[in-house]
Amino acid sequence: MSALKNLTAEYALRIGDTSLVLGQRLGEWCGHGPILEEDIALTNISLDLIGQARAFLTYAGELEGRGRTEDDLAFQRDERDFRNNLMVEQPNGDYAHTMLRQFFVSAFHYYFFSELCKSKDTTLAALAEKSLKEVTYHLRHSSEWIIRFGDGTPESNLRMLEAIDTLYRFTGDMFASNDIDNELLKAGIAVDMTVVYANWMKKVESVFAQATLTVPKDCFMITGGIKGIHSEHLGHLLSEMQVLPRSFPGVEW
Amino acid sequence: MKLSEKEIYQLICSIPDPEIPVITIEELGILREVRLEGTKVIVSITPTYSGCPAMKAIEQEIFSILKEKGITDLEVKTVFSPVWTTDWLTDYAKEKLTAYGIAPPLHSTNDKNVLLNRSIHCPRCGSTNTEMISHFGSTACKALYRCGGCLEVFDYFKCH
Repeated sequence: MSALKNLTAEYALRIGDTSLVLGQRLGEWCGHGPILEEDIALTNISLDLIGQARAFLTYAGELEGRGRTEDDLAFQRDERDFRNNLMVEQPNGDYAHTMLRQFFVSAFHYYFFSELCKSKDTTLAALAEKSLKEVTYHLRHSSEWIIRFGDGTPESNLRMLEAIDTLYRFTGDMFASNDIDNELLKAGIAVDMTVVYANWMKKVESVFAQATLTVPKDCFMITGGIKGIHSEHLGHLLSEMQVLPRSFPGVEW
Repeated sequence: MKLSEKEIYQLICSIPDPEIPVITIEELGILREVRLEGTKVIVSITPTYSGCPAMKAIEQEIFSILKEKGITDLEVKTVFSPVWTTDWLTDYAKEKLTAYGIAPPLHSTNDKNVLLNRSIHCPRCGSTNTEMISHFGSTACKALYRCGGCLEVFDYFKCH
Protein backbone atom coordinates (compact mmCIF):
# COMPACT_ATOMS: atom_id res chain seq x y z
CA MET A 1 0.00 0.00 0.00
CA SER A 2 2.70 2.46 0.93
CA ALA A 3 4.59 1.52 -2.24
CA LEU A 4 1.50 2.50 -4.21
CA LYS A 5 1.35 5.72 -2.26
CA ASN A 6 4.91 6.62 -3.23
CA LEU A 7 4.20 5.88 -6.86
CA THR A 8 1.08 8.03 -6.76
CA ALA A 9 3.11 10.84 -5.19
CA GLU A 10 5.52 10.68 -8.13
CA TYR A 11 2.60 10.61 -10.54
CA ALA A 12 0.99 13.69 -8.95
CA LEU A 13 4.38 15.40 -9.11
CA ARG A 14 4.54 14.93 -12.89
CA ILE A 15 1.11 16.44 -13.36
CA GLY A 16 1.83 19.32 -10.98
CA ASP A 17 5.26 20.09 -12.47
CA THR A 18 3.89 20.13 -16.00
CA SER A 19 1.20 22.66 -15.06
CA LEU A 20 3.63 24.71 -12.96
CA VAL A 21 6.32 25.05 -15.62
CA LEU A 22 3.86 26.01 -18.36
CA GLY A 23 2.16 28.44 -15.98
CA GLN A 24 5.54 30.07 -15.31
CA ARG A 25 6.32 30.24 -19.05
CA LEU A 26 3.01 31.93 -19.83
CA GLY A 27 3.59 34.35 -16.97
CA GLU A 28 6.57 35.66 -18.96
CA TRP A 29 4.05 37.08 -21.45
CA CYS A 30 2.40 39.22 -18.78
CA GLY A 31 2.49 42.80 -20.03
CA HIS A 32 3.99 41.70 -23.36
CA GLY A 33 0.96 40.19 -25.13
CA PRO A 34 0.42 41.25 -28.76
CA ILE A 35 -2.98 42.72 -27.87
CA LEU A 36 -4.65 43.35 -24.52
CA GLU A 37 -7.15 40.48 -24.86
CA GLU A 38 -4.36 38.01 -25.52
CA ASP A 39 -2.29 39.35 -22.66
CA ILE A 40 -5.28 38.72 -20.39
CA ALA A 41 -5.98 35.33 -21.96
CA LEU A 42 -2.43 34.06 -21.40
CA THR A 43 -2.31 35.23 -17.80
CA ASN A 44 -5.75 33.66 -17.21
CA ILE A 45 -4.47 30.37 -18.59
CA SER A 46 -1.31 30.74 -16.54
CA LEU A 47 -3.38 31.28 -13.41
CA ASP A 48 -5.46 28.16 -14.10
CA LEU A 49 -2.29 26.12 -14.57
CA ILE A 50 -0.64 27.43 -11.41
CA GLY A 51 -3.85 26.69 -9.52
CA GLN A 52 -3.77 23.13 -10.83
CA ALA A 53 -0.08 22.85 -9.94
CA ARG A 54 -0.77 23.97 -6.37
CA ALA A 55 -3.41 21.28 -5.89
CA PHE A 56 -1.41 18.45 -7.46
CA LEU A 57 1.83 19.42 -5.69
CA THR A 58 0.06 19.72 -2.35
CA TYR A 59 -1.31 16.22 -2.88
CA ALA A 60 2.12 14.91 -3.92
CA GLY A 61 3.58 16.35 -0.72
CA GLU A 62 0.87 14.75 1.42
CA LEU A 63 1.37 11.34 -0.16
CA GLU A 64 5.11 11.60 0.17
CA GLY A 65 4.68 12.20 3.90
CA ARG A 66 7.91 14.13 4.42
CA GLY A 67 6.12 17.33 5.30
CA ARG A 68 6.92 19.12 2.06
CA THR A 69 4.38 21.75 1.03
CA GLU A 70 3.47 22.96 -2.45
CA ASP A 71 5.94 25.82 -2.00
CA ASP A 72 8.76 23.50 -0.91
CA LEU A 73 8.19 21.38 -3.97
CA ALA A 74 7.95 24.33 -6.35
CA PHE A 75 10.81 26.41 -5.01
CA GLN A 76 13.25 24.08 -3.27
CA ARG A 77 13.87 21.40 -5.88
CA ASP A 78 16.55 21.42 -8.55
CA GLU A 79 16.11 20.87 -12.24
CA ARG A 80 16.82 17.13 -12.07
CA ASP A 81 14.02 16.67 -9.54
CA PHE A 82 11.39 18.16 -11.83
CA ARG A 83 9.14 15.69 -13.62
CA ASN A 84 7.41 17.92 -16.16
CA ASN A 85 7.47 16.98 -19.83
CA LEU A 86 9.95 18.67 -22.15
CA MET A 87 7.26 20.48 -24.16
CA VAL A 88 6.19 22.88 -21.42
CA GLU A 89 9.70 24.12 -20.67
CA GLN A 90 10.38 25.20 -24.26
CA PRO A 91 10.83 28.97 -24.63
CA ASN A 92 7.93 31.17 -25.64
CA GLY A 93 9.46 32.19 -28.97
CA ASP A 94 7.05 34.17 -31.14
CA TYR A 95 3.28 33.99 -30.75
CA ALA A 96 3.04 31.05 -33.15
CA HIS A 97 5.45 29.09 -30.94
CA THR A 98 3.59 30.00 -27.75
CA MET A 99 0.22 29.07 -29.24
CA LEU A 100 1.39 25.84 -30.83
CA ARG A 101 2.98 24.74 -27.54
CA GLN A 102 -0.27 25.68 -25.81
CA PHE A 103 -2.36 23.77 -28.32
CA PHE A 104 -0.24 20.61 -28.03
CA VAL A 105 -0.33 20.75 -24.23
CA SER A 106 -4.00 21.77 -23.91
CA ALA A 107 -5.09 18.94 -26.22
CA PHE A 108 -2.94 16.57 -24.16
CA HIS A 109 -4.39 17.95 -20.91
CA TYR A 110 -7.94 17.67 -22.21
CA TYR A 111 -7.72 13.97 -23.02
CA PHE A 112 -5.42 13.19 -20.10
CA PHE A 113 -7.75 14.76 -17.51
CA SER A 114 -10.79 13.18 -19.25
CA GLU A 115 -9.23 9.80 -18.49
CA LEU A 116 -7.95 10.74 -15.03
CA CYS A 117 -11.52 11.63 -13.97
CA LYS A 118 -12.09 7.86 -13.86
CA SER A 119 -9.11 7.22 -11.55
CA LYS A 120 -9.71 5.07 -8.49
CA ASP A 121 -7.71 7.62 -6.53
CA THR A 122 -10.57 9.94 -5.61
CA THR A 123 -8.33 12.97 -5.03
CA LEU A 124 -6.72 12.67 -8.45
CA ALA A 125 -10.16 12.16 -10.00
CA ALA A 126 -11.58 15.26 -8.29
CA LEU A 127 -8.62 17.43 -9.28
CA ALA A 128 -8.87 16.10 -12.84
CA GLU A 129 -12.54 16.98 -13.03
CA LYS A 130 -11.78 20.51 -11.86
CA SER A 131 -8.85 20.92 -14.26
CA LEU A 132 -10.77 19.50 -17.21
CA LYS A 133 -13.24 22.37 -17.12
CA GLU A 134 -10.38 24.85 -17.30
CA VAL A 135 -8.35 23.20 -20.03
CA THR A 136 -11.50 22.95 -22.18
CA TYR A 137 -11.23 26.72 -22.59
CA HIS A 138 -7.47 26.57 -23.12
CA LEU A 139 -7.93 24.05 -25.89
CA ARG A 140 -10.60 26.03 -27.66
CA HIS A 141 -8.59 29.25 -27.46
CA SER A 142 -5.35 27.74 -28.74
CA SER A 143 -7.11 25.73 -31.49
CA GLU A 144 -8.53 28.94 -32.92
CA TRP A 145 -5.06 30.46 -33.04
CA ILE A 146 -3.61 27.46 -34.86
CA ILE A 147 -6.27 27.84 -37.56
CA ARG A 148 -5.79 31.60 -37.73
CA PHE A 149 -2.02 31.25 -38.14
CA GLY A 150 -2.03 28.24 -40.44
CA ASP A 151 -4.80 29.43 -42.73
CA GLY A 152 -3.88 33.11 -42.47
CA THR A 153 -1.29 35.07 -44.42
CA PRO A 154 1.87 33.61 -45.99
CA GLU A 155 3.81 35.14 -43.09
CA SER A 156 1.60 33.66 -40.37
CA ASN A 157 1.65 30.28 -42.12
CA LEU A 158 5.44 30.40 -42.28
CA ARG A 159 5.65 31.23 -38.58
CA MET A 160 3.44 28.25 -37.78
CA LEU A 161 5.53 25.93 -39.96
CA GLU A 162 8.65 27.06 -38.13
CA ALA A 163 6.94 26.47 -34.78
CA ILE A 164 5.93 22.94 -35.81
CA ASP A 165 9.48 22.31 -36.96
CA THR A 166 10.83 23.34 -33.55
CA LEU A 167 8.21 21.89 -31.21
CA TYR A 168 6.81 18.71 -32.72
CA ARG A 169 9.83 16.71 -31.58
CA PHE A 170 8.81 17.29 -27.95
CA THR A 171 5.25 15.99 -28.31
CA GLY A 172 6.30 12.39 -27.65
CA ASP A 173 7.51 13.29 -24.16
CA MET A 174 3.98 14.27 -23.09
CA PHE A 175 2.93 10.63 -23.46
CA ALA A 176 6.08 9.05 -22.03
CA SER A 177 5.44 6.37 -19.44
CA ASN A 178 7.48 3.90 -17.39
CA ASP A 179 7.04 1.25 -14.68
CA ILE A 180 5.32 3.77 -12.42
CA ASP A 181 2.54 4.19 -14.97
CA ASN A 182 2.27 0.45 -15.48
CA GLU A 183 1.93 -0.26 -11.76
CA LEU A 184 -0.58 2.54 -11.24
CA LEU A 185 -2.52 1.56 -14.34
CA LYS A 186 -2.93 -1.94 -12.94
CA ALA A 187 -4.25 -0.40 -9.72
CA GLY A 188 -6.73 1.72 -11.69
CA ILE A 189 -5.04 4.95 -10.60
CA ALA A 190 -3.09 6.11 -13.66
CA VAL A 191 -4.38 6.64 -17.17
CA ASP A 192 -3.50 4.66 -20.25
CA MET A 193 -1.24 6.98 -22.27
CA THR A 194 -1.90 5.09 -25.50
CA VAL A 195 -5.58 6.10 -25.22
CA VAL A 196 -4.63 9.71 -24.50
CA TYR A 197 -2.24 9.71 -27.45
CA ALA A 198 -4.81 8.29 -29.89
CA ASN A 199 -7.37 10.95 -28.92
CA TRP A 200 -4.75 13.68 -28.97
CA MET A 201 -3.58 12.72 -32.45
CA LYS A 202 -7.15 12.76 -33.79
CA LYS A 203 -7.62 16.27 -32.41
CA VAL A 204 -4.29 17.53 -33.78
CA GLU A 205 -5.05 16.09 -37.22
CA SER A 206 -8.48 17.67 -37.28
CA VAL A 207 -7.28 21.16 -36.22
CA PHE A 208 -4.23 20.99 -38.50
CA ALA A 209 -6.48 20.03 -41.44
CA GLN A 210 -8.61 23.12 -40.82
CA ALA A 211 -5.44 25.18 -40.55
CA THR A 212 -4.09 23.77 -43.86
CA LEU A 213 -1.17 22.27 -41.95
CA THR A 214 0.29 18.79 -42.07
CA VAL A 215 1.16 16.67 -39.04
CA PRO A 216 4.83 15.59 -39.35
CA LYS A 217 5.37 11.90 -39.95
CA ASP A 218 8.10 9.74 -38.43
CA CYS A 219 9.52 12.57 -36.39
CA PHE A 220 12.32 11.73 -33.94
CA MET A 221 11.08 12.35 -30.41
CA ILE A 222 13.21 13.80 -27.62
CA THR A 223 12.19 12.41 -24.23
CA GLY A 224 13.40 12.43 -20.65
CA GLY A 225 11.08 14.60 -18.54
CA ILE A 226 9.79 11.85 -16.26
CA LYS A 227 13.40 10.86 -15.51
CA GLY A 228 14.38 14.44 -14.75
CA ILE A 229 16.49 14.76 -17.91
CA HIS A 230 15.51 18.16 -19.24
CA SER A 231 16.41 20.54 -22.02
CA GLU A 232 18.75 23.42 -21.23
CA HIS A 233 15.80 25.78 -20.86
CA LEU A 234 14.36 24.43 -17.62
CA GLY A 235 17.29 25.48 -15.42
CA HIS A 236 17.03 29.08 -16.58
CA LEU A 237 13.28 29.09 -16.00
CA LEU A 238 13.73 27.72 -12.48
CA SER A 239 16.49 30.18 -11.61
CA GLU A 240 14.10 33.02 -12.28
CA MET A 241 11.15 31.35 -10.58
CA GLN A 242 13.06 30.25 -7.48
CA VAL A 243 15.48 33.10 -6.86
CA LEU A 244 13.47 34.91 -4.19
CA PRO A 245 12.64 32.04 -1.81
CA ARG A 246 16.14 30.64 -2.26
CA SER A 247 17.93 33.94 -1.62
CA PHE A 248 15.74 34.74 1.38
CA PRO A 249 14.85 31.39 2.95
CA GLY A 250 11.56 31.48 4.84
CA VAL A 251 10.64 34.90 3.50
CA GLU A 252 6.97 35.83 3.61
CA TRP A 253 5.20 38.73 2.02
CA MET B 1 -19.87 30.93 25.16
CA LYS B 2 -19.40 28.12 22.70
CA LEU B 3 -20.92 28.70 19.27
CA SER B 4 -22.71 25.97 17.37
CA GLU B 5 -21.87 24.94 13.81
CA LYS B 6 -24.94 26.76 12.59
CA GLU B 7 -24.07 29.95 14.45
CA ILE B 8 -20.55 29.94 13.04
CA TYR B 9 -21.95 29.35 9.56
CA GLN B 10 -24.25 32.35 10.01
CA LEU B 11 -21.28 34.51 10.97
CA ILE B 12 -19.30 33.81 7.83
CA CYS B 13 -21.90 33.05 5.16
CA SER B 14 -22.40 36.70 4.28
CA ILE B 15 -18.74 37.37 3.47
CA PRO B 16 -18.79 39.02 0.04
CA ASP B 17 -16.79 37.56 -2.81
CA PRO B 18 -13.69 39.77 -3.12
CA GLU B 19 -13.99 40.01 -6.91
CA ILE B 20 -17.78 40.31 -7.17
CA PRO B 21 -18.76 42.01 -3.91
CA VAL B 22 -22.51 41.93 -4.60
CA ILE B 23 -22.72 38.21 -3.95
CA THR B 24 -21.71 36.27 -0.89
CA ILE B 25 -19.56 33.19 -0.63
CA GLU B 26 -22.68 31.25 0.32
CA GLU B 27 -24.62 32.37 -2.76
CA LEU B 28 -21.62 31.62 -4.93
CA GLY B 29 -21.44 28.10 -3.53
CA ILE B 30 -17.89 28.53 -2.24
CA LEU B 31 -18.77 27.91 1.42
CA ARG B 32 -19.40 24.21 1.77
CA GLU B 33 -19.49 23.29 5.44
CA VAL B 34 -18.72 24.27 9.02
CA ARG B 35 -17.85 21.42 11.31
CA LEU B 36 -16.86 21.23 14.95
CA GLU B 37 -14.34 18.66 16.13
CA GLY B 38 -14.09 19.13 19.86
CA THR B 39 -12.98 22.73 20.23
CA LYS B 40 -11.63 22.88 16.68
CA VAL B 41 -13.61 24.61 13.95
CA ILE B 42 -13.19 23.30 10.42
CA VAL B 43 -14.52 25.41 7.58
CA SER B 44 -14.58 23.84 4.11
CA ILE B 45 -14.49 26.05 1.05
CA THR B 46 -14.19 25.12 -2.63
CA PRO B 47 -12.57 27.15 -5.41
CA THR B 48 -14.54 28.23 -8.47
CA TYR B 49 -11.34 27.97 -10.52
CA SER B 50 -8.16 26.17 -9.44
CA GLY B 51 -6.12 29.35 -9.49
CA CYS B 52 -8.75 31.69 -8.12
CA PRO B 53 -6.74 34.26 -6.12
CA ALA B 54 -9.85 35.22 -4.15
CA MET B 55 -9.57 32.01 -2.12
CA LYS B 56 -6.75 33.39 0.00
CA ALA B 57 -8.67 36.61 0.68
CA ILE B 58 -11.78 34.62 1.63
CA GLU B 59 -9.75 32.43 3.95
CA GLN B 60 -8.25 35.47 5.67
CA GLU B 61 -11.69 37.04 6.05
CA ILE B 62 -13.03 33.87 7.68
CA PHE B 63 -10.07 33.88 10.07
CA SER B 64 -10.50 37.52 11.02
CA ILE B 65 -14.28 37.30 11.57
CA LEU B 66 -14.04 34.20 13.74
CA LYS B 67 -11.06 35.56 15.64
CA GLU B 68 -13.20 38.48 16.74
CA LYS B 69 -15.61 35.95 18.20
CA GLY B 70 -12.81 34.33 20.11
CA ILE B 71 -12.35 31.35 17.80
CA THR B 72 -8.66 30.67 17.27
CA ASP B 73 -8.61 26.90 16.89
CA LEU B 74 -9.62 27.11 13.26
CA GLU B 75 -8.76 25.30 10.05
CA VAL B 76 -9.95 26.45 6.63
CA LYS B 77 -9.87 23.48 4.30
CA THR B 78 -9.99 23.66 0.51
CA VAL B 79 -12.09 20.82 -0.87
CA PHE B 80 -12.32 19.80 -4.52
CA SER B 81 -15.05 17.22 -4.43
CA PRO B 82 -17.85 17.46 -5.38
CA VAL B 83 -16.46 19.78 -8.01
CA TRP B 84 -17.80 23.34 -8.15
CA THR B 85 -19.98 24.12 -11.12
CA THR B 86 -22.09 27.14 -11.95
CA ASP B 87 -24.98 25.01 -10.63
CA TRP B 88 -23.88 26.08 -7.16
CA LEU B 89 -24.90 29.65 -7.94
CA THR B 90 -28.33 30.32 -6.51
CA ASP B 91 -31.00 31.95 -8.69
CA TYR B 92 -30.94 34.91 -6.37
CA ALA B 93 -27.20 35.25 -6.95
CA LYS B 94 -27.77 35.16 -10.71
CA GLU B 95 -30.27 38.02 -10.42
CA LYS B 96 -27.79 40.02 -8.39
CA LEU B 97 -25.05 39.35 -10.93
CA THR B 98 -27.26 40.68 -13.73
CA ALA B 99 -28.11 43.78 -11.72
CA TYR B 100 -24.39 44.29 -11.14
CA GLY B 101 -23.73 44.18 -14.90
CA ILE B 102 -22.37 40.65 -15.20
CA ALA B 103 -24.31 38.25 -17.42
CA PRO B 104 -24.94 35.11 -15.36
CA PRO B 105 -24.17 31.64 -16.73
CA LEU B 106 -27.13 30.56 -18.85
CA HIS B 107 -26.92 26.84 -18.94
CA SER B 108 -25.61 25.63 -15.67
CA THR B 109 -24.33 22.22 -16.37
CA ASN B 110 -21.59 19.78 -15.71
CA ASP B 111 -21.53 18.66 -19.32
CA LYS B 112 -18.46 20.25 -20.84
CA ASN B 113 -19.90 20.04 -24.36
CA VAL B 114 -22.48 22.67 -23.62
CA LEU B 115 -20.11 24.93 -21.71
CA LEU B 116 -19.23 26.71 -24.91
CA ASN B 117 -21.02 28.83 -27.50
CA ARG B 118 -24.44 29.86 -26.26
CA SER B 119 -26.25 33.10 -26.91
CA ILE B 120 -25.81 35.41 -23.99
CA HIS B 121 -28.23 38.14 -22.86
CA CYS B 122 -26.75 41.60 -22.40
CA PRO B 123 -27.14 42.41 -18.66
CA ARG B 124 -27.92 46.04 -19.52
CA CYS B 125 -30.46 45.96 -22.33
CA GLY B 126 -31.38 42.27 -22.47
CA SER B 127 -30.47 41.90 -26.14
CA THR B 128 -29.18 38.53 -27.34
CA ASN B 129 -27.37 40.27 -30.17
CA THR B 130 -24.08 39.80 -28.34
CA GLU B 131 -20.66 38.66 -29.42
CA MET B 132 -17.70 37.35 -27.54
CA ILE B 133 -14.58 39.52 -27.61
CA SER B 134 -12.41 37.18 -25.57
CA HIS B 135 -12.81 33.82 -23.82
CA PHE B 136 -10.89 35.31 -20.95
CA GLY B 137 -12.07 38.34 -19.00
CA SER B 138 -11.11 40.39 -15.98
CA THR B 139 -11.07 37.30 -13.77
CA ALA B 140 -10.65 33.59 -14.47
CA CYS B 141 -14.39 32.94 -14.13
CA LYS B 142 -15.48 35.53 -16.69
CA ALA B 143 -15.38 36.09 -20.46
CA LEU B 144 -15.60 39.41 -22.26
CA TYR B 145 -18.61 40.19 -24.48
CA ARG B 146 -19.93 43.13 -26.48
CA CYS B 147 -23.63 43.89 -26.99
CA GLY B 148 -24.71 44.70 -30.54
CA GLY B 149 -27.88 46.37 -29.21
CA CYS B 150 -26.58 48.93 -26.74
CA LEU B 151 -22.91 48.60 -27.79
CA GLU B 152 -21.81 48.12 -24.19
CA VAL B 153 -18.98 45.78 -23.29
CA PHE B 154 -19.82 43.41 -20.44
CA ASP B 155 -18.51 40.46 -18.44
CA TYR B 156 -20.11 37.05 -18.77
CA PHE B 157 -19.77 34.59 -15.91
CA LYS B 158 -18.60 31.51 -17.79
CA CYS B 159 -20.50 28.29 -17.55
CA HIS B 160 -18.43 25.84 -15.65
